[in-house]
Amino acid sequence: MELQTLTYIVVGITFSIYIGIAFWARAGSTSEFYVAGGGIHPIANGMATAADWMSAASFISMAGLIAFFGYGGSVFLMGWTGGYVLLAMLLAPYLRKYGKFTVPEFIGDRYYSKAARIVAVICLIVASVTYVIGQMKGIGVAFSRFLEVSYEIGLLIGMGIVFIYAVVGGMKGITYTQIAQYCVLIFAYTIPAIFISLNLTGNPIPQLGLGSMMVGTETYLLDRLDQVVTELGFAEYTTLTRLSPLNTFVYTLSLMIGTAGLPHVIIRFFTVTKVSDARVSAGWALIFITILYTTAPAVAAMARLNLHQTIQPAEGGNLVYNERPDWFKNWEKTGLLKFEDKNGDGRISYTADKASNEMVKVDKDIMVLANPEIAGLPNWVIALVAAGGLAAALSTAAGLLLAIASSISHDLLKGVFRPEITEKQELLASRLAMAGAIALSGYFGFNPPDFAAGTVALAFGLAASSIFPVLMMGIFSKRINKEGAISGMIAGITITLLYVFQHKGIMFVASTSYLGDMKPNWFFGIEPNAFGAIGAVVNFSVAYVVSMMTAEPPEHIQHMVEDIRVPAGASSAQSH
Amino acid sequence: MAEYDQEKRKAYWRENVRLMVVLLSVWFTISYLCGIVFVEELNTIRLGGYKLGFWFAQQGSMYGFVAIVFIYARRMAVLDRKYDLHE
Repeated sequence: MELQTLTYIVVGITFSIYIGIAFWARAGSTSEFYVAGGGIHPIANGMATAADWMSAASFISMAGLIAFFGYGGSVFLMGWTGGYVLLAMLLAPYLRKYGKFTVPEFIGDRYYSKAARIVAVICLIVASVTYVIGQMKGIGVAFSRFLEVSYEIGLLIGMGIVFIYAVVGGMKGITYTQIAQYCVLIFAYTIPAIFISLNLTGNPIPQLGLGSMMVGTETYLLDRLDQVVTELGFAEYTTLTRLSPLNTFVYTLSLMIGTAGLPHVIIRFFTVTKVSDARVSAGWALIFITILYTTAPAVAAMARLNLHQTIQPAEGGNLVYNERPDWFKNWEKTGLLKFEDKNGDGRISYTADKASNEMVKVDKDIMVLANPEIAGLPNWVIALVAAGGLAAALSTAAGLLLAIASSISHDLLKGVFRPEITEKQELLASRLAMAGAIALSGYFGFNPPDFAAGTVALAFGLAASSIFPVLMMGIFSKRINKEGAISGMIAGITITLLYVFQHKGIMFVASTSYLGDMKPNWFFGIEPNAFGAIGAVVNFSVAYVVSMMTAEPPEHIQHMVEDIRVPAGASSAQSH
Repeated sequence: MAEYDQEKRKAYWRENVRLMVVLLSVWFTISYLCGIVFVEELNTIRLGGYKLGFWFAQQGSMYGFVAIVFIYARRMAVLDRKYDLHE
């Protein structure tokens, strides 16, 4: 069957499933809308968390980044999984014990201050909106290629689908939809990887294939790849370090802390029944994530090898442009892949040398989507990858939009400005807030600031510098008070935002960057995307110093902290 | 009785924090030390087709994280019962 038809069928079937589930599990109460009624099994919750977590950045961008950064891409692998260790030990069980709907609600109660709650809402919205922008870019890229529509139309379709099932279903609908989306995306990711690993190394398990020898030779795959790329003038794959080792260290730390501070991930642990379930559920989420994350480096290395071998099958025998394969032509149409015949020989030459390189544009975001085509896999596999990429982007967007909507309707409206509204009015407000959030993120999707994973990394920096430190201090210290927490959050997110805007432009408008995105200006050579960890350190320090200079928290707050440290006496999540 | 309860909670919390410190040191070692700081030294050792430092950064650290989270969940379940503070 024609690839186009097949893609429409597979994507159509998965979308009908998502929307069907949303109507079947639609939310009737605020508890169901915010935390799915608090009765989700830990394994089911782990699966939903994994889908919520693994975004377009993980599915579409990450392996592409690793393919071109080699070892340097490890920051994403370690950073986006290691955060779950922090989450499982330092936050999830205690926040579940406290049993509220939203992250700012906990901050407001623990720091006995509406101001702290409002500051937390603002930090949450800044981080989440930045994150959604990354998803929107992913949705646009996936749709534009697979449905052969323009990027803008693709984005509009994606927004429409998210709108239907997130607004109707709330957290309950989103959770069940995400379970389905996890299944779709993990099949879509691993099946092509298994085929490609089998083709290249004869080993069907990609994690082992990456460490195996090439079929019919005595050469290990990674050694072969190192050889191919260095011959073309690129840096050696397995040792290539982006920027400095210090930057790698700080970047990884930022992603880990950010992971544990992202509100849409934290609220997932409000949906399980017990405190002990929150700990176990974090483990299941991590297993489901690790299945994809340990496959990604194999996909990356094999895609890179296949790409070079397609373009240069033998020494001096570069691919003739007129004989280029279909996938090449298809990606040229999207503008994400560009060839320029600089030496006029009609053949494609792909080297590290800018002057003679004729592959003038190879967008990293296309690698995963193009990978099965480059490897010549059957059409149904390619259609499956399209559905998987869309599932990843949609599930994360829905989870984030819910976190944004609940903080507006529950924390700002019900919690601060209009406490007298009924549950029904609050539910309506959260649905309206969700629609607003979709429109806003769609606007940014039309004007994205950076490639998808870069934008997402930025969101992590913002979450790392604002939300994680105050949550952790709120549990592990009885001494940190409202003055400390508020000044810590403001200092952390401000310094991170200033650093990012200084280099990337205010609100990502490049021309407004006030010192220019110049590497010499980077603080100890740390790139803007990696700055969240520094922001977190600032947050911790400022909160500590300010708290020590002001009065200690009232006694009932200290009792509350003691109480959340033990599981005994937990009830399901509720608003009062 | 209330005082005994206070003591019990404090002891529980101390054991919890000690467990966390141990597990976080493992977490730090397999990712930051093996995967970043000492990656070049470890790369001189091979694990099949993998250089060992590269393996820690792109495979091993993640398997370790999974193990840490499950060990923590299991040990805490035991601790909850030992101090009779479970749900």
